Amino acid sequence: MKRLAAILLGGGLFGYGLAWSGMTRPEVVLSFLQLRDLGLLLVMAAALAVTAIGFHLAPRLRSTTLLGLPFSHEVKRMLPGTVSGALIFGVGWGLSGLCPGAAVASVGIGNGPVLIGLAAMFLGAYLQGVIAAGRPSPHRPLDRPV
Amino acid sequence: MSTATGFPFPHGITSYLGGGLLIGAGLVVMYLTLGVKAGASSFLSSTLTYFTPLTAERASRQWRLLFALGLVFGAWLYAWSQQAFFVTAVGWWRLGLGGLLVGYGTRLSSGCTSGHGICGLASFSRASLLAVVVFMGVAIVTARVVLLLGVTP
Repeated sequence: MKRLAAILLGGGLFGYGLAWSGMTRPEVVLSFLQLRDLGLLLVMAAALAVTAIGFHLAPRLRSTTLLGLPFSHEVKRMLPGTVSGALIFGVGWGLSGLCPGAAVASVGIGNGPVLIGLAAMFLGAYLQGVIAAGRPSPHRPLDRPV
Repeated sequence: MSTATGFPFPHGITSYLGGGLLIGAGLVVMYLTLGVKAGASSFLSSTLTYFTPLTAERASRQWRLLFALGLVFGAWLYAWSQQAFFVTAVGWWRLGLGGLLVGYGTRLSSGCTSGHGICGLASFSRASLLAVVVFMGVAIVTARVVLLLGVTP
């Protein structure tokens, strides 16, 4: 129950912030990518500052989380797909103004057409998963159950 | 509302900074409770494990799905309280083709705007820094080219 409340609070704050900052509107994101309004940089800087403090301070103050779970110390490593994936993502982001979190949250502001983008994202992720599964290389570290 | 000014922030800075702080607060709540760094794009892979034989991110699929519901609820709460519901005018083919590339690319890169751009950078990951520079640079070029080709919106 506490776990459910925590997830909905965390997701709710994230979603409210995305909507308030305008990031759930593809037009606002595109106005940044076209370099007409640099607000997206402020959004990222503010979010990054808060998150960096949280990620680095929390494990120093407590040995486990408020729910008694271990803190993740994951630091994303360079993988074979890191740069090529970012290239492909960049083309898609510049074309649509959509990224995964903002697209999900955009459903909440009544943005019906974003469902096309979300369905396409699932298809893209599926294709990537199928191709990666057919390849023997270790693609990403194993998940840690929580 | 802050006073509107010209470039670089024609719509002021309040909503950008305020929204960004709340985005960070949401990620910190997830870290302080579940202990996870909750980038958004893994939700695509984890949710696929409910419907397909794919297994990536399977262990985290439940909280990622609930987190996505939280995103929708939070955004709805903003739109409802501020009377800010919105329907994009960006063309369906841009949403569809762009979405396909976003889904494929973020999963190949193991991160997105929140996964690399916020969680990765907040963890001082050099891989994430490189990914952010690449996807942001490419997206700016792409969006400018699309604009120059006269595709609006």
